[in-house]
Amino acid sequence: MKRQIPVILVGMFGLFMIFQYFVPHESSEWVYEFLLDWTIIIGIFAMALGLWSLYRVSVEKIKTRKPAWGYNYLTLCGLFTMMFFGFTTQNGEAWGWFFPFLVSANLVLVLMIQASVNKGGRGLFLGLAGVFLVACVVIIVFDNTWGFHFETAQGLQSTMFRAFFDHILIPIFATMFSLLAFFIASAAYRAFRARNVMATLLLLAALIVMLRFHPFYGPLTPYIAPFMSKTSNWLMNVPNLAAQRAIIIGVGLGIVATALKVILGIERGYMGKG
Amino acid sequence: MDFSTFLWTTFAAFLTLATYSFLYKDNPFYKIAEHIVTGVAAGYFAILLWHNGLVPKLWFQRLDDGDWWTLWLNSSKPWYLIPALLGVLMWTRFSKNYQWISRWPMALYIGISAGIAVPLEMSNRVNKQLYDTMADLDWANFLGQGRFFFLDTASGLSQLLIVIGVVAALIYFFFSKAHTGVFGATAKLGIWTLMIGFGASFGFTVMARISLFINRMQFLGGWGAEAFNASGTTPNENYTAWFQLFFWLMVLLVVGYATREIIIHVRGKAKSS
Repeated sequence: MKRQIPVILVGMFGLFMIFQYFVPHESSEWVYEFLLDWTIIIGIFAMALGLWSLYRVSVEKIKTRKPAWGYNYLTLCGLFTMMFFGFTTQNGEAWGWFFPFLVSANLVLVLMIQASVNKGGRGLFLGLAGVFLVACVVIIVFDNTWGFHFETAQGLQSTMFRAFFDHILIPIFATMFSLLAFFIASAAYRAFRARNVMATLLLLAALIVMLRFHPFYGPLTPYIAPFMSKTSNWLMNVPNLAAQRAIIIGVGLGIVATALKVILGIERGYMGKG
Repeated sequence: MDFSTFLWTTFAAFLTLATYSFLYKDNPFYKIAEHIVTGVAAGYFAILLWHNGLVPKLWFQRLDDGDWWTLWLNSSKPWYLIPALLGVLMWTRFSKNYQWISRWPMALYIGISAGIAVPLEMSNRVNKQLYDTMADLDWANFLGQGRFFFLDTASGLSQLLIVIGVVAALIYFFFSKAHTGVFGATAKLGIWTLMIGFGASFGFTVMARISLFINRMQFLGGWGAEAFNASGTTPNENYTAWFQLFFWLMVLLVVGYATREIIIHVRGKAKSS
């Protein structure tokens, strides 16, 4: 029962979804949309699992005093704060006690973790957490300048939610991606040494494509730049296209083969052990 | 630029520099940026899924025409209770005794996804690419036109090279037959095609990353110009003092960290000698 029912479910739903693709009827379309909604809903509950896991891993690191454990407070406060912004918005222009509430709520979180970590000062931490919790409740009850919005997406328009996205997520993501330029350059040094024909082809193709974006050839620019531009364009649209197409076809066939193995119960790795 | 925007931009500049500090080695500044982004990104995507997934797919199913205390049962879509219950079963993963139950929703999810993937992947990846590869050759324009005609991507020759390249590369991926003789020679042509393709993609990726790097440098330059009142576009006398405070605080942090690193290095060297 522990392993048979999942295999039956995968096979049943997998074969049904393959079959419905070939039925050009609106009821088939309806079932497709319906089951797709099911996967989205299950996925959202799985996300909650992921959030809980992030919380647990962070708290565990703090508890066991793993190296650099203190930074995990930043992760937890970042997570909690972003979620708070996503569910709240101002009712007017004034912020009221919005930020004191946020600070108090974060303190409750930190103090509760501290209470579970430090057995000695447990009472003190719990007491302080209780004080801040009461402060949070008082603010929620009496402050009408902002409110919680769980059923509507007003939180997505919240100034603070957008500010966190624009000034924290975007800069760090963009910087992390640009950081790869340096590591790629170091990898290129090792990969681009023209040791044989294939490495030379790789080197030449990469150089031509890169030089296209830096057309500084001194007095020869008007003669060389158009040729390099055209060569780079040809490389991207002919040999590169052929290579990418072969890879895409290979990947597509690989996905189909793996999906069929899963549906037919040959591949059961998703069940884990036990 | 108003003061709050300036503060946010200063924070973004700090995070940018903190992330770049990884080029030296893993250090406290990078760790700060890394841990902040982990939490904030998780919160951001959770909120997006809540508002764009859970609320329209599940929450509104009962709000449409059902009373909240009867949940979805008298709504038009009571069947949405099933995936919600299955979703809750996912949480049994934390229990040692009952974690096997979480396989049911997982199986449903994987079954539906795998079932959708089979025809869709065949149609969108395999068949579509094959159709486009087997397009009619342009015999009228076989050698290309214009200056550098041989590099004309619309010419029949280029189309033929694509067909040959795809077939050769696919043969290279075919390992059920030994790569010898004509088959081996074609496979070799295939790997050459792949190497040119990888080189071109690599060059393109490098340039994309460098563009991003230039963008970050422009951002930092713009921030510095604004902070030092050098942009000349908006008066910012009101927060020059604030900027100086932030600036010197950052300098102090960096100098402090560098001093600590030097001390550790010198001590290490003295110990080893």
